Amino acid sequence: MTLTRSEWYFRGLKAGIPIGLGYFAVSFALGITAKQAGMSVLQCGVMSATMMASAGQFAVINMIATDGGIALTVLSTLIINLRYLLMSTALSQKIMNNTSILHRLGSAMFITDEMFGVAATTEGKVSPFLMYGMASASEPGWVIGTMLGAAVGAILPVRIVNALSVALYGMFMAVVIPPAHKNAHLYPIIIVSMLLSTIMTYLPLFSGISSGMRIILLTVIISAAAALIWPAGEEA
Amino acid sequence: MNVNIWLYLIAAALTIYAIRAVPMTLLRKELKSPFLRSFLYYVPYVTLSVMTFPAILSATGNVRSAAAGFIAAIALAFFDGNLFRVACGACIAVYIVEMIL
Repeated sequence: MTLTRSEWYFRGLKAGIPIGLGYFAVSFALGITAKQAGMSVLQCGVMSATMMASAGQFAVINMIATDGGIALTVLSTLIINLRYLLMSTALSQKIMNNTSILHRLGSAMFITDEMFGVAATTEGKVSPFLMYGMASASEPGWVIGTMLGAAVGAILPVRIVNALSVALYGMFMAVVIPPAHKNAHLYPIIIVSMLLSTIMTYLPLFSGISSGMRIILLTVIISAAAALIWPAGEEA
Repeated sequence: MNVNIWLYLIAAALTIYAIRAVPMTLLRKELKSPFLRSFLYYVPYVTLSVMTFPAILSATGNVRSAAAGFIAAIALAFFDGNLFRVACGACIAVYIVEMIL
């Protein structure tokens, strides 16, 4: 597919709008927690603009709340966000071959679960401008949501906060399920992923493993097994 | 305390960016191995599935409303791939079940 830069950008904008609305909803909770940890509204905005990582930011807030120290913050940030290393590796292969270092550095900033999900499941190679478009539409939602959560979050009814907190999971399902209509291997992969994740979460043997570590271990093991069983991958 | 918080934020932001930027900039050539290529193809599907379940069950006030949100998300995603509609549907399902309970 040969789209121009602005066509890629607009395609990204369109895909980014629902992501931004989901972000807005979820980042509210983030802002409420950050406020309780003693962060200002400005600090919340800067945090969300520079990190764009939900679980990762909750961990940072927790470190700030307990004054856990910079070294421990770097270490836990590294572990919790290690899945982005895998996503970045996958995206390095998905992005157009002739993409310059500058655009690689630029689009790397926006490797979130959702934007990566959309880019990685798009057919063929993608342009960095797809990432920029998605980020333009969705990052404001994340940043403003966090700041509003910190400023006025406590006035929102619990039932609404509860309902909003499943928004991103709903989006994850909207990313993984439709491609499975075309590639039948994906259904067993999705089901096995959820089953093993459940086992690792509740079995006492694995209970010492953090959620960040669990995500990485299962991603590596299941993707490798799938690649051995169905090596055709994308071409299947 | 205020200066301290900024230090935390800078350290965490730099760490996260490094994780995201290193493979993107170092792996500029196309990988040839069919195994690695299909491995990377499967990564998003596995990661997002693992992140969703069972975590979604503890995302709301109670397991039943969360389960309703999960089922709604799956059903909507099956028939309609629109991210926003699926996300909204899941939220509405949670809200309705929490009202009934």
